[in-house]
Amino acid sequence: MADDLQTITGHRGLVMEEPLIFEQDAPGRTAVDLPEPPDVADRLGSAVREGPIGLPGLSEPQVIRHYLRLSQKNFSIDAGMYPLGSCTMKHNPRINEKLARLPGLAGIHPLQPQSTVQGAFELMAVTAEWLTTLTGMAGVAMSPAAGAHGELTGLMTIRAALEAAGNARKRVLVPESAHGTNPASAHMCGYSVESIPADERGRVDLAAFKENLTDDVAAIMITNPNTCGLFENEIIQIAEAAHAVGAYVYCDGANFNAIVGRVRPGDLGIDCMHLNLHKTFSTPHGGGGPGAGPVVLSEALMPFAPLPYVIREGEGFRLVEHAEDGDGAPYGRMKGFHGQFGVFVRALAYMMSMGADGLRQASSDAVLNANYLLARLSDLLTLPFPGPCMHEVLFDDHFLHGTGVTTLDFAKAMIDEGFHPMTMYFPLVVHGALLMEPTETESKETLDQFIMTIRSLAERARDGEVDHFKQAPRLTPWRRLDETTAARSPVLRWRPDLPQAAE
Amino acid sequence: MADVKYTEEHEWIEMDGDIGTVGISDFAQEQLGDVVFVEVPDVGKKFTKGEEAAVVESVKAASEVYAPVDGEIVEANTDLVDEPERVNADARGEGWFFKIQLKDETQLDDLMDEEAYLAYVADL
Repeated sequence: MADDLQTITGHRGLVMEEPLIFEQDAPGRTAVDLPEPPDVADRLGSAVREGPIGLPGLSEPQVIRHYLRLSQKNFSIDAGMYPLGSCTMKHNPRINEKLARLPGLAGIHPLQPQSTVQGAFELMAVTAEWLTTLTGMAGVAMSPAAGAHGELTGLMTIRAALEAAGNARKRVLVPESAHGTNPASAHMCGYSVESIPADERGRVDLAAFKENLTDDVAAIMITNPNTCGLFENEIIQIAEAAHAVGAYVYCDGANFNAIVGRVRPGDLGIDCMHLNLHKTFSTPHGGGGPGAGPVVLSEALMPFAPLPYVIREGEGFRLVEHAEDGDGAPYGRMKGFHGQFGVFVRALAYMMSMGADGLRQASSDAVLNANYLLARLSDLLTLPFPGPCMHEVLFDDHFLHGTGVTTLDFAKAMIDEGFHPMTMYFPLVVHGALLMEPTETESKETLDQFIMTIRSLAERARDGEVDHFKQAPRLTPWRRLDETTAARSPVLRWRPDLPQAAE
Repeated sequence: MADVKYTEEHEWIEMDGDIGTVGISDFAQEQLGDVVFVEVPDVGKKFTKGEEAAVVESVKAASEVYAPVDGEIVEANTDLVDEPERVNADARGEGWFFKIQLKDETQLDDLMDEEAYLAYVADL
């Protein structure tokens, strides 16, 4: 096997062995040559630096090679299929990047006078209109920085509305089929969290929900399509029941990419939903860029939307940054400045280049691709809930029972085959979950190669090739890591006196 | 043999007088995999049955440990904070989480005995 070949350098063909940048320090080496500073009196006083600051000395080509070599060891959506369920790793069209780099958009400063950035305000207003039109909602708070931040914003908006009505209430109901960040957001907002079980169809157990629904419930946080990749088809009954006791319906919109152009959440009775612009509307994320989690709001919640927001005024636009400058009763601000403006640019470029028909086609293709995986894999893998599914397909580990191979081993073996593993062990409602989201941007050829790989691995597991799995990954720059020691005694910072990492 | 009872959420409680020692079952530690973090409650804290009393995190997942009965914490196993691996090594012994003074011992009647619990997990 090629993985047994040892090289003198530690390099493996095109994959270079690379020490930490601090380990390459050559004191005095630098990429710039500055003139000696003039001899002036030191006025720093007690703030004067006492020792070196510890930056490594390297030449420019060393720095370039260092980061390029690291990037070559990284897996990215630009390199291969990344079927991470619920994270929607899809292609980011390059036109988004081209537009985000226009100097008039990339070079503006958040403290510029409002009269000089009217175009940026218009871009935010038009992005907001696309989002409210697609979701059928009254308005949108644009500033949240990511999905979970959007959840917190939504919950705080609900809390503000309830407080204005005289009672903030105590509890938030979170179904087991919802996203893992939901309970944390509710807890951070001061609510006690109660879990609602899933029924045998993998959806919210409506009877259990109604049983727990009393007038001290502030909201239900539902994910639709849920994290089993299934549409919550009783959502309207759930929303009606919640509204009947004065509770609000929060929807986690991380899976909105399955229903864009097909379903408007506003029509389902949803009061509040965050949109992961970095998932559904294709902007780089997961180490590749920041997220953005605007929160669409119903008529009832709009007056409580956080600052700041852009309003049309006469021929132009105005940024409302203080409560007294607008009509609403905002509870404050969720983020410095105006939100992830660069992500708004990319998301709007995506929406306008796709058009309404293209967005609808994209969500349909995402669902089609997931169902293609379901159809081609469900004879060998095991489905906890019958299909069809939405944009992602959930398998459990029953097909591995008795083989000695776990979901984790299976995922590691996928890495050797050049695929990023799917989401594992989540959602918790099924045993040893494998959650796959192919997205609409993978071609049939790639999906067929992926299917062939998964089928072959499932057969090898069934045929007792346990060693193949336990040793995986074997072809990566680093082989299987000791996750337990990494978590129990993490070494988070390099220091010169630390022993070298063990091989 | 002391009287041990189990909950459907995989906690065990072993009684000594009116004090119950609480931990997670061997089945639970095996399902969780290597435990890497444990948070135990403060002494004096009061819980009602079913409330989250402690946290256990493994390489796979984070979960809560629920109070199996109403009561007040009289001792917590703070050794677990530095040595969470004890939960894997000896879930029913050294890996205990906390001791709770029971408010109402009749609540134990709602829990499963060992035989019933083993039958319960065999079905999972």
